[in-house]
Amino acid sequence: MRTFFRPALAAIIIFSVLTGVIYPALVTVIAQVTFPGQANGSLIEQAGQQRGSSLIGQQFDQPEYFWGRLSATGPVPYNAAASSGSNYGPLNPALAEAVQARIDALKAADPSNQLPIPVDLVTASASGLDPEISPAAANYQVQRVAAARGLAVEQVQQLVEQHTSQRTLGVLGEPRVNVLQLNIALDQIKSLD
Amino acid sequence: MISNSVIQIGIFLVVLMACVVPLGRYMAKVYGENPPLQGFFGPIERLIYRLLGIDAKSEMHWKHYALALLGFNAMGMLLLYGLQRMQAWLPLNPQQLPAVSADSAFNTAASFVSNTNWQGYAGETTMSYLTQMLGLTVQNFVSAATGMAVLIGLIRGIARRSTSTIGNFWVDLTRSTIYILLPLALVLSVTLVSQGVVQTFSPSQTVELIQPIVNADGTTISQQTIALGPAASQIAIKQLGTNGGGFFNVNSAHPLENPTPLSNFLELLSILLIPAALCYTFGLMVGDKRQGWAILATMTIILLGFTVLAVSAEQAGNPLYQKLGVDDQASALQAGGNLEGKETRFGIVNSALWATVTTAASNGSVNSMHDSYTPLGGLAPMVLMQLGEVVFGGVGSGLYGMLIFAIIAVFVAGLMVGRTPEYLGKKIEAFEMKMAALIILIPCVMTLLITAIAVSSESGRATVFNSGAHGFSEVLYAATSAANNNGSAFAGLGANTPFYNTWLGIAMLVSRFWLIVPTLAIAGSLAGKKLIPQSAGTLPTHTPLFVSLLIGVVLIVGALTFIPALALGPIVEHLLLSL
Repeated sequence: MRTFFRPALAAIIIFSVLTGVIYPALVTVIAQVTFPGQANGSLIEQAGQQRGSSLIGQQFDQPEYFWGRLSATGPVPYNAAASSGSNYGPLNPALAEAVQARIDALKAADPSNQLPIPVDLVTASASGLDPEISPAAANYQVQRVAAARGLAVEQVQQLVEQHTSQRTLGVLGEPRVNVLQLNIALDQIKSLD
Repeated sequence: MISNSVIQIGIFLVVLMACVVPLGRYMAKVYGENPPLQGFFGPIERLIYRLLGIDAKSEMHWKHYALALLGFNAMGMLLLYGLQRMQAWLPLNPQQLPAVSADSAFNTAASFVSNTNWQGYAGETTMSYLTQMLGLTVQNFVSAATGMAVLIGLIRGIARRSTSTIGNFWVDLTRSTIYILLPLALVLSVTLVSQGVVQTFSPSQTVELIQPIVNADGTTISQQTIALGPAASQIAIKQLGTNGGGFFNVNSAHPLENPTPLSNFLELLSILLIPAALCYTFGLMVGDKRQGWAILATMTIILLGFTVLAVSAEQAGNPLYQKLGVDDQASALQAGGNLEGKETRFGIVNSALWATVTTAASNGSVNSMHDSYTPLGGLAPMVLMQLGEVVFGGVGSGLYGMLIFAIIAVFVAGLMVGRTPEYLGKKIEAFEMKMAALIILIPCVMTLLITAIAVSSESGRATVFNSGAHGFSEVLYAATSAANNNGSAFAGLGANTPFYNTWLGIAMLVSRFWLIVPTLAIAGSLAGKKLIPQSAGTLPTHTPLFVSLLIGVVLIVGALTFIPALALGPIVEHLLLSL
């Protein structure tokens, strides 16, 4: 039995040190030296204050801001301390209710908008923290945001385009608009005036 | 956007196949007489053997190999259980998380030691940084290395003749870890950080919201707390080692775990990288590369079929949206389809492709919520697991599972023509068939048994989230995932209860180790056999005919076992949705 016990015990200790201490410590050092911004959460700082992460969405429900995906995190939406999806099955009545409630909120904020509502604007993201929406979902909201801020539609449209990312290398992923960065840019226009 | 989905899936497969030969050749050298890059790895390797107190040159009988493996994994499980129970009193716990409960700690220890990485807990709110690193990351490495060691033992059993040994477990474990897993994980984790995956020991970061939230009761919330941690180092190995246990609750759907389409591509590639390349390693080690290609072709064809099913079902979407006047058609400006539980940057194609890749391999990480898939979109990953995790499967374990199916296939062919079956020059006899039958039946029995126990008991039904057929699918998916060592979930099911923690924990251990022991037994038995020369009556096992036969055997065994259960879940739900 000793021929098995000794190597088994030694092996778990050695591999714990190697892969559980040395490896993550080494990665941390390399990461903190080469990509400190990314390694620490891609935080956005304004006037000495941390205002968010460019990779983590925030909840927006006022008409002068672009709205993001629905978020199913609890107890508040976009709780970045406890990520979660809705896990609603396709036939779950709660899914239909959530979609309908979002449609009603969008229509109430912008009664004159006759465009069809893009599907990503009425569905919850997987993480509950999705920072992005589709260009279609941004376009749907341009009129409302421009009106609420007293800006020209073209100006807002231009800002949307500046914050749109195309597919990586033209093929990977999906085109998308970063909602938080777009909204920060909108606020900066206001403060210029 | 049919054309874009074809291009994205096509690029993924082309890049994967381009990696197969170089990595496969490198791994064959690693397990051979003269491992590569001795100048760097040699001293580390010899130091480890000295600390273990073993003679690297002495070979093991299959029973000794199995005992060493079981002893090592038992130690690992005890350590991981202890770490979770004591994390409150240990360092690197900036969020001051309490000790993990006994049933949850047992489940997680079983889960990570068995390379399943089912997660009943939520990462960022349960595990301290120390537990994530010293407990979970370590098992991510060594459970993968264990699977690779078993595979190499089986390949040696096939390739050798008239000998009683199949290699040295400690050598195979060490070489898998330091020559293959560690270098790949190091490169991948730094690349992921460049994309935005976090790697820090700082506690969570609090930020001031751009627009404060006013709750229904009038209170205002003006801050957001962002969970951080040493994530990249764990994510790299959870993908490469087909582990799948995420750092954060929502796994690779979390923007800090998988932030961009490029990080998604690399994480996806890493799932299949080693399992695919091992097919080539197998071909080299048995001295006939065509054998490896035939197995790889079998796996790829089955995966592609289910990928097409999942992508088209998810793109077709949920009739609910059109009923409510929502635009779910794909266009240049949006992904469309069933986007509930999916991230904007991944859309339909990368979500559904990931769902099939992660369940074909026994990875189990997710970048979208499978629970919110359409019935047929959710059926694809479920069936891929039920096939026994042999379509790429876990690192090592997928290929040894597929080789067992190959043995069954030659046996079936042998019965048809009335000849003694043989595989790669080794006669397949009663002992091998008994072991192969055990290997195939144990996961099937565990899946159906646990599903039955759960749906017929109060505590099993209590935490089902969605009602009706979909609720049954949640339970069936959980049992399937645990009993095939996958680890993905229909995450609505509340699995962090003593009932599920216990039953699923048992299923994971049984399906891992009760398959490894008979696999090693076959390895030992084959190693002792003589090589029989090829004759006109030998069934060639590298031809398209054999590939078709093997696909047929895998699909028929899976279908015969699971169609009744699937009819109660996704199939009836599909009818309800579309009628």
